Amino acid sequence: MRALPLLERKLLRELRQIAGQAAAIVIVVACAVATAVMSFGVLRSLDAARAQYYERCRFGDLFASLPRAPESAAEAIRRLPGVAGLQTRLVADVAVGLAGTEEPIVARLLSLPERGEPEVNAIVLRRGRFLGADDAPEVIVSESFADAHGLVPGARLSVLVGGRSREMVIVGVALSPEYVYALGPGMIAPDDRRFAIMWTARRVLEGALGASGEFNDLAIRVKDPAALDAVARQVETVLAPYGAADVHGRERQPSHAFVSAMLHQIAGVGRIAPAIFLFVAAFLVHTVLGRLVEAQRQHIGLLKALGIGDAAIGRHYLELALILGAAGIAAGVAAGTILGSGLTRLYAGFFHFPALSFRHDPPSILAACAVAIAAMGLGAYRGVRAVSRLPPALALAPPAPPGYARTWLERLARRGPTVGTLRMVLRHLARFPLRAALTITGLALAVALQIAMLFSFDALDRMIRFHARAEARDFSVGFARPLPSAAIGEVARWPGVVKAEAWRMLPARLGSGGQGRVVNVTGLTQSAALRTLLDAKLGAVPVPRQGLALPGKLASLLGVGVGDSVTLQPLGSPRTLEQPVARIVEQYIGLDAYMDLDALNALLPGEPAISGADLAIDPARRGEFVRALKGNGIVAGISERSAVLASFRDTMVRTLTLIVSFFVAFAGVTASGIAFSSARITLSERGREFATLGALGFSAAEVARILALESAILAAFALALGCLLGVALAWLIVQRLDTELYRVPLVISARTVVITVLVVVAASLLSTWSVARRLRRMDLAAILNARQ
Amino acid sequence: MRGEKIHSVRGLTRIYRTGPDEVHALRGVDLDLCSGELVALLGPSGSGKSTLLNLLGGLDRPDGGEIRFRGEALASFDRRALADYRRRHVGFVFQSYNLIPSLTARENVELACDRAARPIAAADALEQVGLSARMDHFPGQLSGGEQQRAAVARAIAKRPELLLCDEPTGALDSRTGVQILELIERCSVELGAATVLVTHNGAIAAMADRVLSLVDGKIVEARRNAPRRKARDISW
Repeated sequence: MRALPLLERKLLRELRQIAGQAAAIVIVVACAVATAVMSFGVLRSLDAARAQYYERCRFGDLFASLPRAPESAAEAIRRLPGVAGLQTRLVADVAVGLAGTEEPIVARLLSLPERGEPEVNAIVLRRGRFLGADDAPEVIVSESFADAHGLVPGARLSVLVGGRSREMVIVGVALSPEYVYALGPGMIAPDDRRFAIMWTARRVLEGALGASGEFNDLAIRVKDPAALDAVARQVETVLAPYGAADVHGRERQPSHAFVSAMLHQIAGVGRIAPAIFLFVAAFLVHTVLGRLVEAQRQHIGLLKALGIGDAAIGRHYLELALILGAAGIAAGVAAGTILGSGLTRLYAGFFHFPALSFRHDPPSILAACAVAIAAMGLGAYRGVRAVSRLPPALALAPPAPPGYARTWLERLARRGPTVGTLRMVLRHLARFPLRAALTITGLALAVALQIAMLFSFDALDRMIRFHARAEARDFSVGFARPLPSAAIGEVARWPGVVKAEAWRMLPARLGSGGQGRVVNVTGLTQSAALRTLLDAKLGAVPVPRQGLALPGKLASLLGVGVGDSVTLQPLGSPRTLEQPVARIVEQYIGLDAYMDLDALNALLPGEPAISGADLAIDPARRGEFVRALKGNGIVAGISERSAVLASFRDTMVRTLTLIVSFFVAFAGVTASGIAFSSARITLSERGREFATLGALGFSAAEVARILALESAILAAFALALGCLLGVALAWLIVQRLDTELYRVPLVISARTVVITVLVVVAASLLSTWSVARRLRRMDLAAILNARQ
Repeated sequence: MRGEKIHSVRGLTRIYRTGPDEVHALRGVDLDLCSGELVALLGPSGSGKSTLLNLLGGLDRPDGGEIRFRGEALASFDRRALADYRRRHVGFVFQSYNLIPSLTARENVELACDRAARPIAAADALEQVGLSARMDHFPGQLSGGEQQRAAVARAIAKRPELLLCDEPTGALDSRTGVQILELIERCSVELGAATVLVTHNGAIAAMADRVLSLVDGKIVEARRNAPRRKARDISW
């Protein structure tokens, strides 16, 4: 076997000498590559799974819902030139009774066509069979619900629809591209035990709702996605005679929008985090290699004197950087694959795709590797350039002693006690300002990344506190049909009810200056105590006696503020009313408008009515209350506040914990790598200085304190800068997450800052300690007697 | 002129191990040092003179034998006590100066005196070595001779009982070297410290009270210079 070329052998031996710093570089590069591999792999996996799913099920491009319209209207839409296909449906939210289950269950019941598969929005049957051809009381249920309750084909349940309870038999278990992420009414996170998607025969629903030959929901596929808006306008025109309809594209289809928001978020992280890690890796290579070259001046002079060319020597050091880069890339791809698979499994738990498995995204892996190699090369460049430029005679001579001067830092220090060691540290930092700046920047980026990740939990806490404060009710029930206002008196007498407050919900289109949104306008009583409107600081906002209270996001979408007017057109109604905007309120999830119940009733024809009630329940009688509800023919929807908050917290914690822990750990590792590298270089550069202090009688602990002091100063600057950058990064994330579906508040708690500070301080202390240990082993006599 | 006995060294051995090789740097050295005495350790490279100096200064530990400082065995000192011994009682002057580059000449001196019982003020110490005008300069701004003067000032300012000078003129031209030797000579007299001067130069050894010649780790000759030569009369 031919021996390695000499320079390569030298390289490998030197790698062993700088093993600690080399490991730090490899780990940071691995973090960068792993983040990219994981994020973009998960992104590609979800994107591909979704695209395949949509294609397979002919997922709609346009969606419309309205109170009622005849099939003839659908035929008119079908004839529109841009329409490729459509499916009309009847959809109703219904209460479900399941033997042996205490908790209240709500289902969205959708009709399936009599014959064949739906033309648009087909479902994927997972178990059992499709519905029979007759109008037997059969349902297909969503897989997540079936799994949550252990339901199999043949199981029975009761469905309260059209004011009548019906026994239905489950014949199949299915998935739908419309409910990849399924949110029930009043829910802010998926709850598979309490919310089901069910499909039944069109004729069954027509009978139950008294809607023969009519539909209230429409899904359309268009021929040319570019003409989507034009088709939407045409659909609105066709449906106009049946009152305002909510016509929207995929961007406001809740499930699609949630999945898109998640993909958007992953893509953001996938871009920002690797960039941070690669910057840090480039910096580490720069400092470590720079120092190595400096320490090897005389070797380099010798190599040159032996006639080895500049290019060969330059390549020699570049190879060192590239070996480390290659090791980092290999480790990163492996770690990214493992983490990506884990994350994909996690998403598969609450995004209901027929098939979701992790797959790599080769272009982004290649890009990450190319950027990693480029960063390493760039980091090595200065050191290599310095090598090439040194004439052999100069290189063989010892370097000139560093020139020090008094600094502005020192003037700062002079105000305090004149400590010689502090002066040494400050002057050393000022002597190499670029290195100090890079160390601070690298550490600050690690700090920023931690804050930007940990703040998610603060935002989550704030959102939970917000909902807990806004909703003092125990239950909210929706009636199957509007009831006269006086019915609230009867509701208050239900078993276990301590307090009942009526509300009326009116789906309506709000518009202003060409902008419009279909939202629920909820009428609340002036004395409502079980539901409170809040501002961003969690302060109560009274329900306006006249006009609307709008969430800030909705107001900005409509381009209105307090005092402006908006048009209000109830869905299914030809009338358009003007309403002033009286208050702006905060709302983190969804978009709803609020007004006074009496004012809302006054706007609408007919007797004052209510469509549901918020209830406070005697906790001791909760079971009695829930059992009574099941036999109650007027309740179609029910949500329990504690369950809503619990499922929200559970979902968020499940999704956040893995990714946040991952980034916090990476940031901690990065901070340690930087701190270690910085301390190690200080030790190697100033070994003689520290040995001199030893000879003057300073103990190893006292000398270590100099290292610690330098680390502490760098860490302090980094923490200050990192906190600012972290807030900026969190702000960017908040902007990125700001959608019509949900908004995330920018809240950074003391806990987040404390954790971040502790991680950085621990990383600095640990690194300094590991370097300081070497001080104890230092051979003072050998260092001091070596020729300078 | 001999004062009280400060150090007594008996049977001192030091072995350096590199891989399978053993180098016996010292092979049973006996020595007494008294206050006010200037002792030259003379010998060629590798004779063990710097090793002996490092052991006396507590920079290294012997493999055998003992060093007693005012009756106390240095071997019984832990790391911290040994550091304290150097800090309070020993002044070093190295061939390579070993000043802290980020501290001015004055600050270098101040740094060495922080635990001394009755130190000489840094400015006075620097004045004694003729560096008053440049005491606020950094080492990088001083010539070799000036750096060594600063190093001498740093060594004497704490009024050490033991002043150890390892080839203090090795990196200097002879004219500057003589100036440094004059300083060491004067300071050793004024301080009354036991001064050990390591050199391979027989001419320099002539300024000592006693000359111990080392070869292969052993003292092969001990002689007294009577009278000792003045440093200013030395040339090489």
